[in-house]
Amino acid sequence: MTEPLLDVRGVSKYFGGVHALEDVSMDLHAGEVVALAGDNGAGKSTLIKAISGVHKVDRGDILLEGKPVTYESPQQARDHGIETIYQDLALADNLSIGANIFLGREPKRKAFGFLPVLDRGLMADAAKETMRRLDFHVDRLSAPVSAFSGGQRQAVAIGRAIYWNAKILIMDEPTAALGVPEQRKVIALIKSLKEQGKGVIFISHNLGDIFAVADRIVVLRRGIKAGERKPDETTGDEIVRLMVGG
Amino acid sequence: MGPGVLSRIADLRAWIFLVLLLIFFETWANVAYGVTFIGNTYNLQSIGIFATAPLLLALGQTFVIISAGIDLSVGFTMGLAAVVSAHVANLGMSHFGLNPLLAMLLGLLSGIAVAFIPGLVNGWLIARLRVPPFIGTLGMYGIARGAAFLIAGGMTVPVSNEWFAYIGNGRIYGVPILVIIAVVVIFLMHYLLSQTKFGQHTYALGASRVAAVRSGINVGGLTMRIYLLAAVCAGLAGALYSARFTAGAAQAGEPLLLSSIAAVVIGGASLFGGSGTIAGTVAGALVIAVIEYGLVFINVEPFWQFIAVGVVIIISVLVDQSQRKLLGGRQDD
Ligand SMILES: Nc1ncnc2c1ncn2[C@@H]1O[C@H](COP(=O)(O)OP(=O)(O)O)[C@@H](O)[C@H]1O
Ligand SMILES: [Mg+2]
Repeated sequence: MTEPLLDVRGVSKYFGGVHALEDVSMDLHAGEVVALAGDNGAGKSTLIKAISGVHKVDRGDILLEGKPVTYESPQQARDHGIETIYQDLALADNLSIGANIFLGREPKRKAFGFLPVLDRGLMADAAKETMRRLDFHVDRLSAPVSAFSGGQRQAVAIGRAIYWNAKILIMDEPTAALGVPEQRKVIALIKSLKEQGKGVIFISHNLGDIFAVADRIVVLRRGIKAGERKPDETTGDEIVRLMVGG
Repeated sequence: MGPGVLSRIADLRAWIFLVLLLIFFETWANVAYGVTFIGNTYNLQSIGIFATAPLLLALGQTFVIISAGIDLSVGFTMGLAAVVSAHVANLGMSHFGLNPLLAMLLGLLSGIAVAFIPGLVNGWLIARLRVPPFIGTLGMYGIARGAAFLIAGGMTVPVSNEWFAYIGNGRIYGVPILVIIAVVVIFLMHYLLSQTKFGQHTYALGASRVAAVRSGINVGGLTMRIYLLAAVCAGLAGALYSARFTAGAAQAGEPLLLSSIAAVVIGGASLFGGSGTIAGTVAGALVIAVIEYGLVFINVEPFWQFIAVGVVIIISVLVDQSQRKLLGGRQDD
């Protein structure tokens, strides 16, 4: 058995008296997709925020490729190759795909041999290449991302993460706000990330999506891990039962 | 027509306004007085000089508005700078025995330097204390206003310095020096907005603060620099005002605040942030200058200019809204 990319061991997180997470463990391997399921308030968001550096855990350890890590900020988690795509995507709608991929780390070139200017050519090429890797073909590379559909925008957010060589992608309800064809496209995207050897954690309420793409399903219930199943060894009914209890 | 063509036309709306206005005044001048409006170099120079101060304010304001902010203090920052440069230029000669050229340079630089104070305070209030820009800069409007009148002793501050007068009124090959300075600043601002990380991050901040923060952009530092830039532009406008009139006045920029915001909006920027261009702002400032100068030229009651500028602002905002609905924001590239 290879070493997991990510190993969460006995993590607890409390908000005042609320036990948002209680002794939760899970792991994630390269090329694997883990679905995180659970009712509202089960602790799914808290768990991914602990992994992505937003929350510090009160107990337990998080190991990356075998080494325990503690990070002070989401930026440090990102430096370790963990990229989180929140539901709001956090794109700058007025900027192009390339400008969004490079936001905060824009490449420069010298115009007339001396004047530093933004390298829009490089940004556009990177955007095209990244979107092609995700099997999303766009030709309007200079258009603002507000001109694209929900699924395409999701692809831009994912593209930004993989361009910077994320090893672990965490997605909070990536299909929730999309129409059915776009949902399929995002599911295909997650499959292609898996083929590229990334580890993916995604939160979803949609059992169809979960069974379509997950290698394992981790179910949380009121901060406690209620169970972990492989899709071909369980049923939708069982997952729902784990989610709601009883 | 595809959305590409439509959006190009919408982007160019300020330039289209400008051309329509020039045609209007040319026709009126021809029909009513049998003279040319545009063909007269004196008119063009006057419009250029007329446009310089509001344009300088508007250039800095463009960055602020793109970042989804507003700076109400630039008018009195300009007045403060005008008064300080006049005083310092005088002191340079009377107390430090500087020659007029050095005294002029010291005066202009002091005007720009004093603008750092309101700029940094605005930035600090908005970036660090999270005061809404409208409120923070409204406070600074009052403070800069009071400071400018106090320093001026409630009067205008005359400067007798031939170099000062030369910068404000001289010409090189027939082109007013003020206009040359404005053109240099235009290119600099265009470069800053369209070709640097600073400009790119200003657009990102205006469109989505969350996106900017999550991308690791130092949003606080960025905000500080944006308000500092707006103040420095106002400082330059004030210094040049005292050169043009060889006198510093606290109320120098008072009527220009609204013109500067109007120029940016007519130029296609959205007050919601995230879009706008320097070329648009330049056209917006020229539209206002042509309306104001042209109405005087054709001898219409000057009060019509307020109505005309108001109508242009409203049309611009209506065009902007329908464009946003169709296409989302636009930016420099
Ligand atoms: N920042 C917070 N402060 C206080 N309580 C929180 C905070 N974040 C989450 N909680 C609580 O922790 C529990 C788990 O929430 P969450 O992780 O958001 O659940 P889920 O994403 O599964 O719906 C809930 O009871 C929620 O109210
Ligand atoms: Mg949640």
